[in-house]
Amino acid sequence: MTEKKFDYYISGEKDKWEVIIGLEVHAQVLSQSKLFSSSSTKFGSEPNTQVSLVDSGFPGMLPVINQFCVEQSIKTGLGLKAKINLNSVFDRKNYFYADLPQGYQISQYKNPIVGEGEVILDMPYGIKKIGIERLHLEQDAGKSIHDMDPENSFVDLNRSGVALMEIVSKPDLRSPQEVNFYIKKLRSIMRYLGTCDGNMQEGSLRADVNVSVRKIGDKKFGTRCEIKNVNSIKFMEMAIEYEANRQVQLLESGKIIDQETRLFDTKKNSTRSMRSKEDAHDYRYFPDPDLLPLNLDKGLIDKLKKELPELPDQKKERFIKEHNLSSYEANILVSEKEISDYYEEVIKGCDKKLATNWITVELFAVLNKYNISITQSPISAKNLSSLIKMITSGKISGKIAKDVFEKMQSGDKDPKQIVEKEGLLQQSDPKELEKIIVTVISKNQDKVTQYKSGKEKLFGYFVGEVMKASKGKANPQLVNEILKKKLH
Amino acid sequence: MSKISELSLTKIVNGIKKKDFSSEEVTKSFIDNSKKSKKLNTYITECFDEALKFSKNFDKKKDYKGLLSGVPIAVKDLFCTKNVKTTAGSKILHNFIPTYESTVTSNLWSQGAFLLGKLNCDEFAMGSSNETSFFGNVKNPYGEKLVPGGSSGGSASALAAGLTPATIGTDTGGSIRQPASFTGTVGLKPTYGRCSRWGIVAFASSLDQAGPMTINVEDSALLLQAMSGYDSKDSTSVDKKVENYSSNLTDKIKGLKIGIPKEYRVDKMPTEIDDLWKKGIEYLKDAGAIIKNISLEHTMYALPAYYIVAPAEASSNLARYDGVKYGHRARGKNLIEMYENTRSEGFGNEVKRRILIGTYVLSSGYYDAYYLKAQKVRKLIKNDFDKAFKDVDAILTPSTPSSAFKIGDKSDDPVSMYLNDIFTVPVNLSGLPAISVPAGYDKNNLPLGLQLIGKAFDEQTILNLSLAIEKRANFKKNYKIWWS
Repeated sequence: MTEKKFDYYISGEKDKWEVIIGLEVHAQVLSQSKLFSSSSTKFGSEPNTQVSLVDSGFPGMLPVINQFCVEQSIKTGLGLKAKINLNSVFDRKNYFYADLPQGYQISQYKNPIVGEGEVILDMPYGIKKIGIERLHLEQDAGKSIHDMDPENSFVDLNRSGVALMEIVSKPDLRSPQEVNFYIKKLRSIMRYLGTCDGNMQEGSLRADVNVSVRKIGDKKFGTRCEIKNVNSIKFMEMAIEYEANRQVQLLESGKIIDQETRLFDTKKNSTRSMRSKEDAHDYRYFPDPDLLPLNLDKGLIDKLKKELPELPDQKKERFIKEHNLSSYEANILVSEKEISDYYEEVIKGCDKKLATNWITVELFAVLNKYNISITQSPISAKNLSSLIKMITSGKISGKIAKDVFEKMQSGDKDPKQIVEKEGLLQQSDPKELEKIIVTVISKNQDKVTQYKSGKEKLFGYFVGEVMKASKGKANPQLVNEILKKKLH
Repeated sequence: MSKISELSLTKIVNGIKKKDFSSEEVTKSFIDNSKKSKKLNTYITECFDEALKFSKNFDKKKDYKGLLSGVPIAVKDLFCTKNVKTTAGSKILHNFIPTYESTVTSNLWSQGAFLLGKLNCDEFAMGSSNETSFFGNVKNPYGEKLVPGGSSGGSASALAAGLTPATIGTDTGGSIRQPASFTGTVGLKPTYGRCSRWGIVAFASSLDQAGPMTINVEDSALLLQAMSGYDSKDSTSVDKKVENYSSNLTDKIKGLKIGIPKEYRVDKMPTEIDDLWKKGIEYLKDAGAIIKNISLEHTMYALPAYYIVAPAEASSNLARYDGVKYGHRARGKNLIEMYENTRSEGFGNEVKRRILIGTYVLSSGYYDAYYLKAQKVRKLIKNDFDKAFKDVDAILTPSTPSSAFKIGDKSDDPVSMYLNDIFTVPVNLSGLPAISVPAGYDKNNLPLGLQLIGKAFDEQTILNLSLAIEKRANFKKNYKIWWS
């Protein structure tokens, strides 16, 4: 296999440009209740049904930290191989908006709970490490709804106060593809950890994308623009592509880039200015006096570290080493927690290489056909496992197995029952096979003569006839052996 | 004035228990006084009918288990009270009716007390004279033209005038102790974290603390005991056992060491304040205390630090009053204009001034020079106290640099108004407990108070010392009723 080379550059009229990208990912903490109140975080409920007095900023209401959310963010930090800060501080980020009931967001500014870490990407051109700058905990705001009434805006506070982890990367990403891989990897790590469901449609994962460009060879970063709140990987890729080209055009025509916040317009596939640096909010951060500094016990971190599940990188390594899988295969299997769970269920007591093939080829074809995820697979891991065991034990042939697999798809049927009911068990009795073979030979004497005179290709014809006569159940290996003897 | 309303809280509680009088009689007595007191302008909301009903019910049930069984109590209108309008003295909350009860008032009600009404205060507790209230200034029983102090001015005035047997206030920079001093009553600011802040309209979160306001020290101990306690809903409340302040109360203070900080002898302080302080020293000496001169060297920086920290927190705490969810809302062409109109109409001048100061000191580029520096000063002031408390058990100072001043005297000059808090503010910055106990009069026969500052969570010692002073000062209220 030839290794590809990294080749994402913007070719302007004059120069070739490198694209520098940094992401601020907002990942919703997977938790029953909000960061500072006991309201539910369930998605899709009726507006304003999951709102406490704290979430809606009533007079005299006070935040109380949700210990579970703290532990979730520590786990995520550990999953990012990051430094956990034993002392961190909650700050108030002050600004006015209708869906921000307190008039400030509780966030972490100077002292976040998690410091530097890294995410490893397995790019087609090799391993790439993306640095993590920090991870901090903060509250989500509510939602303003402007299209329900011609006169008024409505506010839904169900999201208000839900815990978010803001994961800030270093400006280490260099292409839309790397961003794609990075988000998928980050999402995968958090799903393995159970700290974020990564559901982008429901807004559980979204990102602010910082983009700048510089001429190849330049050391200094260019002026960056921040594209706010992009909520799908596809849109991130499109936004970066557009924004990088826009900046290159500006710079090549002698203009400068204004540091600004931009929005991605998904309909026009372009970004537009939201506010300039001069209009940037002064958030007047200061430590929230309603909350004590968050002091963590080292013992808690050690405990969480011990309880950490096996993460994709470790799993991949194990699959390669212990299961003899290729890096490519292992990558596919660990890319999502659910896939690796499925795989590990299938391989209980059966051939790992064969299982990998069946999952990544046959099963994935079915999943793709119906556009469903592995958790919705019409065939359970248990039944796929018994199918594979029947192949390896010689009970059915690979060909029959494909028919059985087809039949298993309606109602997750047990392959053993299908094979039994339809009499598909492989014929491996040499005497029985000999009978069939003798019949086939006697029916095709002309072909036997041709074969014997040198047309050895006809061997395949005989095999096919035997298989046909046995309705595909004959053990192909035995058929080969007996045929060879009989034809000589 | 009827007789029952002349009695102390403790005597009323005992009287009800011994069936000397019924809860209804007590309640009627205070309602009668209250109804005749319109000129004092102490009440924002009266709950007289409900209180009477409660007292009648109480007399039927006869449950005397609580520390405050059968006692009606009016409270500062900063405490959220379920289904009873809570305004914080502001137009922006003039129509706000909470669906919840503050922890501190809940604690009182679970000890058998019930709500008599909501008392006037400076808007969002920002003021030292009760002149910033949207509901008009409160008057001091000691003179129609005098302020009662602030911000718990309505509470102090109502208490001194016999409209409620006791009351509770909040103290961010002296808002309990200064009005207590101006009205000849006892006001205690507990250690920060002793009482829950949950359900109290916030002014400056790191300084606010609720406390008892009573006519004598014995009542102060009782009420403190009833209102205190850990609350898991307030992350800054401290999980520490509440002492039995009442039964531990004693004036036997022999051998206690009392610090006299030289920095509290400020310029232009009236000699009568100095004389009062000397008298206080004599009282304590007489009771067997040992007097020590101490130094709290950063005292002079306390007031400027306070007027950075408190407005900074207030500017953020008051952001929620935006017309979106509750309270006053003005119309506007768009969201921003609605905010501007709502807040312009809803807040008074002093509140606006502090929001502006607070916004300024937190602005990027000024944060380090103001807010951060003020926090460092705060630490130094705390260190001064920590150092002093290695040598002494409590510190004695005057409560205020003057007696009650005239309405309008300082309202145009915020700095001279702020100077009123000069002795009380360092205590809030340090989170320590302090009490103001009436100890004498000035040349115009106006009450003056002495302040005792204690170690953190050592409310008992300052209560005991106050009792010793109270017994010797023999303070008696000496105003003539002019309002009914």
